[in-house]
Amino acid sequence: MIELRDIRKAFGRNHVLRGVTLTVPKGESMVIIGGSGTGKSVLLKCILGLVRPDAGQILIEGEDASRAEREAFLARFGMLFQGGALFDSLPVWQNVAFRLMRGATKRPKAEAREIAIEKLRRVGLKPEVADLFPAELSGGMQKRVGLARAIAAEPEIIFFDEPTTGLDPIMAGVINELIREIVVEMGATAMTITHDMSSVRAIADDVAMLHGGVIQWTGPVADMDHSGDPYLDQFIHGRAEGPIEAVR
Amino acid sequence: MILLNPVGALGRAVLDGLAALGRLTLYLGATLYAMVRPPFYFREFGHAVWVIGYNSLPVVGLTAVFTGAALALQIYEGGSRFNAGQVVPSIVAIGMARELGPVMAGLMVAARVSSSIAAEIGTMKVTEQIDALVTLSTDPMRYLTVPRVLAATVTVPVLVAVGDSIGIFGGYLVGTQSLGLNAAAYLKNTADYLEIWDVTSGLVKGAAFGFLIALVGCYYGMNSGRGAQGVGAATKSAVVAASVLVLAANYILTTLFFAA
Ligand SMILES: Nc1ncnc2c1ncn2[C@@H]1O[C@H](COP(=O)(O)OP(=O)(O)OP(=O)(O)O)[C@@H](O)[C@H]1O
Ligand SMILES: [Mg+2]
Repeated sequence: MIELRDIRKAFGRNHVLRGVTLTVPKGESMVIIGGSGTGKSVLLKCILGLVRPDAGQILIEGEDASRAEREAFLARFGMLFQGGALFDSLPVWQNVAFRLMRGATKRPKAEAREIAIEKLRRVGLKPEVADLFPAELSGGMQKRVGLARAIAAEPEIIFFDEPTTGLDPIMAGVINELIREIVVEMGATAMTITHDMSSVRAIADDVAMLHGGVIQWTGPVADMDHSGDPYLDQFIHGRAEGPIEAVR
Repeated sequence: MILLNPVGALGRAVLDGLAALGRLTLYLGATLYAMVRPPFYFREFGHAVWVIGYNSLPVVGLTAVFTGAALALQIYEGGSRFNAGQVVPSIVAIGMARELGPVMAGLMVAARVSSSIAAEIGTMKVTEQIDALVTLSTDPMRYLTVPRVLAATVTVPVLVAVGDSIGIFGGYLVGTQSLGLNAAAYLKNTADYLEIWDVTSGLVKGAAFGFLIALVGCYYGMNSGRGAQGVGAATKSAVVAASVLVLAANYILTTLFFAA
């Protein structure tokens, strides 16, 4: 279970998070939606400790994240970064197998490579891709390699930052299914950021909308369409008119 | 503004420089701490030795040969004013080994290596690769900084040794081919007057320069601003800081060696 209590974060005068409180039950898929620049990526980075929140508390299974032993703490997580964040000095398979070749989860090279190729297959990439370098891949392929890396060590908690952005509709469908499978079969807890409403419906157990630095609405995905929240309604129907000012 | 208030601009530059020096010192502490704690990434170290050391050989060799050649001409010209043209070989050798070999190699490596380290790590920072490393339970200090700093510390002395030899050879070429000095006498004179300490002091300088250059490159890369502009600024700052630090460290080390 992930519990966020009153998380605040400002960059200079830009107050991005103004008191985010949210609970993600264990083994559930939480999807975070919200306008561009509302701090969704920053929120995930706060949980991982990549960005230090100015205030607030983050509890993972009841344990305070800021007090946890870093290495063991991070070993429980997988993260797909919005930009992929692949290591461009390493071939694709070594990117995917990065965690499998070092530290506590270290295993023989051949085995790590095999796992990497299997994970690549699951995100719809052929084994030939394994020996290419990230710079030789298209944007959507890089995204999927990032996804394969995030799930390679089969972590308990996985964060996906816009997993289907830049993918064709079929591939997006494949990835949505994969994320669903990971939650259902592996029992992982997932937090996914997406702008794609069909993705939200395919992936989510629960949805949370971030707006104005706080969680504007949260609830089961089934309640999303009759929430009565004007902000959420405007967002999911993509209307230019409404309480959220589209032209700033 | 700068035109109107040059003293203010100078003062601000000094203050900024001191603040940067303070942060660099903290970074140095973190690097030393990371160095003594496992894991150590041998592959990264080997790769860094290759990129920093081997790939710098051509530029260090070229600058050394021209420096040694010019030095021979200057000493001959200056020395002949008091009938001391024959000191060319020993002064070229001592000058190269103690001062010009390490300083020229240091400056060339500062330009070549601190910039490429800062740009590489800076790009990793702005494309979230550093964040990705952290989430994959890999400490960027141990994985990126330590291998590069150690590699530069051990390879720059080797570059200095190569540069010394090539520089002395440059002096030999000019001395024997255009100044009409006797080849055998040139070599004997070089060997007779060059002491072990002349060479080793230069190598120690090289190690110190290598350490500083890689440290500065990593520091500016890790603290790069956002976007291409941030990486550009980090690269520029790294080259400037590395060059200044090489010259400052050279003065300090020379003073220490002189007193010893
Ligand atoms: N390291 C940083 N330094 C300064 N400002 C930052 C930093 N990271 C994020 N921000 C700012 O925080 C705000 C939220 O950024 P964030 O990346 O979380 O947006 P987002 O909700 O993920 O948007 P998108 O949907 O476009 O990805 C932005 O205004 C951004 O400029
Ligand atoms: Mg984002």
